[in-house]
Amino acid sequence: MNRDPFIEGDPASATSQFKVNLSGRYKIDRIFEIATWAAVCISLLVLAALVVDVLVDGLPRLNWSFLTSFPSRKPEEAGILPAFAGTLWVMVIIAVLSFPLGVGAGIFLEEFSQDNWLARTIEININNLAGVPSIIYGLLGLQVFVRIFEPVTGGRSVLSGALTLVLLVLPIIIVATREALRSIPDSLRLAGFALGATRWQVVREQILPLALPGILTGTILALSRAIGETAPLITIGALTFIPYLPDNLQSPFTTLPIQVYNWVSRPQKEFHDTAAAGIIVLMVVLLLMNATAVFLRNKFQKRF
Amino acid sequence: MISDFSDPAQLTNTAVLKAENVNVYYGSNLAVRDVSLDIPRNKVVAFIGPSGCGKSTILRCFNRMNDLIPGARVDGTITFHDRNLYSKALDPVEIRRRIGMVFQKPNPFPKSIYENIAFGARINGYQGDMDELVESSLRKAAIWEEVKDKLKESGLALSGGQQQRLCIARAIAISPEVILMDEPCSALDPISTLRVEELIHELKQQYTIVIVTHNMQQASRVSDLTAFYNAEATEKGNKIGYLVEYDNTQSIFHNPQQQATQDYVSGRFG
Repeated sequence: MNRDPFIEGDPASATSQFKVNLSGRYKIDRIFEIATWAAVCISLLVLAALVVDVLVDGLPRLNWSFLTSFPSRKPEEAGILPAFAGTLWVMVIIAVLSFPLGVGAGIFLEEFSQDNWLARTIEININNLAGVPSIIYGLLGLQVFVRIFEPVTGGRSVLSGALTLVLLVLPIIIVATREALRSIPDSLRLAGFALGATRWQVVREQILPLALPGILTGTILALSRAIGETAPLITIGALTFIPYLPDNLQSPFTTLPIQVYNWVSRPQKEFHDTAAAGIIVLMVVLLLMNATAVFLRNKFQKRF
Repeated sequence: MISDFSDPAQLTNTAVLKAENVNVYYGSNLAVRDVSLDIPRNKVVAFIGPSGCGKSTILRCFNRMNDLIPGARVDGTITFHDRNLYSKALDPVEIRRRIGMVFQKPNPFPKSIYENIAFGARINGYQGDMDELVESSLRKAAIWEEVKDKLKESGLALSGGQQQRLCIARAIAISPEVILMDEPCSALDPISTLRVEELIHELKQQYTIVIVTHNMQQASRVSDLTAFYNAEATEKGNKIGYLVEYDNTQSIFHNPQQQATQDYVSGRFG
């Protein structure tokens, strides 16, 4: 037996009701440590391989004129400017619309609504909506925003695209907001109510400031998902070749992932390298957004 | 009239809070049945009894904190200065300003000590000098000397006992008449407990205090009157609490009328 020998007079050893078996338990510990470590390594390796591959193909194409040029039939002259501008337009509209709507809905569901069948139905539906494939939202956007609301949105416009993606990210923001609010201990709400605060005073003064880092992180992660979406935008008919920049909400537009998708699907090898350069731009924007999320979280959490 | 409570009938004359035949339900379960008692002005009333006997539930009825628990329902009558606490005419938010509460676990806001005190005053539209109010509240709660140099620091940086006195200071900053305390010392060490008890003694000059406690020595030390609650199990397995005996603390501990009270205060059960 691999018994630990240094504790004499252990009453359990006399009756031997316990098989301590330390070495065996440590062995299992070790096996799982290695297994989890291997899981980390494999995922990092895959990611590293992808990044290296993209960088090798794309970096030589990446220069100032690539960022400031319009698409072209000639791969060496093709640029990313309209797609970059389109992505900025879309992201700003999404952020402006989805943040107040999503956070507001989250606050209502978590802090104000009664726990009845209606609230539970809404909750189940929102959780399900967060998992609906994005192409479905594309079809909805095509019918509702492009066709029915054409007088407002101007059809296949940057506004229609952004509204479609707002639908896509809203459930994610609502769920993130609720999680953030739920993580604030109830004792603080009770303390607020016991001082004669109304519900909104408790939420605004005590709960929201504490939940804000989590809400912001969730929102930016949702926006990060929106920035990479291609399928719903193609469904509503975002153009893949536009030689001008969007200048109002009803302008036709394209976005980075659509542009990349367009270049990849061309036969010429040179366009594939151009696509890689586009992916680098997309990744940098994405990393910047995630960095903002981390920055905001740290900034707001430092207060106490 | 205020000084002598040997005759319980006299209590009604100075009662701030009055409960008559109060039943509390959670969903369809009866949690506490048929509680009637008066809380006289400027006295400390202790609620004692085994777990699940409904003493905290009754306490939360007095400032309508039970409203916040889904499915909770109160019937019977609770009056505050002879006005029905549960009538539509009285607003729970206003009631909670006049009937403050201190919780079992110290729960200061994760903000500065100053902000902890100022919050309640600000939301209730306090018009006076805020610095003065913060100082006088902290003084009344016997914590001013310890925190006067660090008002801008987090309330969470204080020790557990200091946090609880900060919570008491926060409660008295909005000038309540009654302070409800739900086992305020159960998370504190004996020295902190003693300081809170001394504080309760001072506060009763100005406030009416109802304190729930599991500590019978505490009840006998701090209270003028004691209510003993007990619980009975139903066939379905849940407990229904009820008021066994309510009298001045001396009588409850030394000459109780009920056998159950005698058994409980002498430590024979519970």
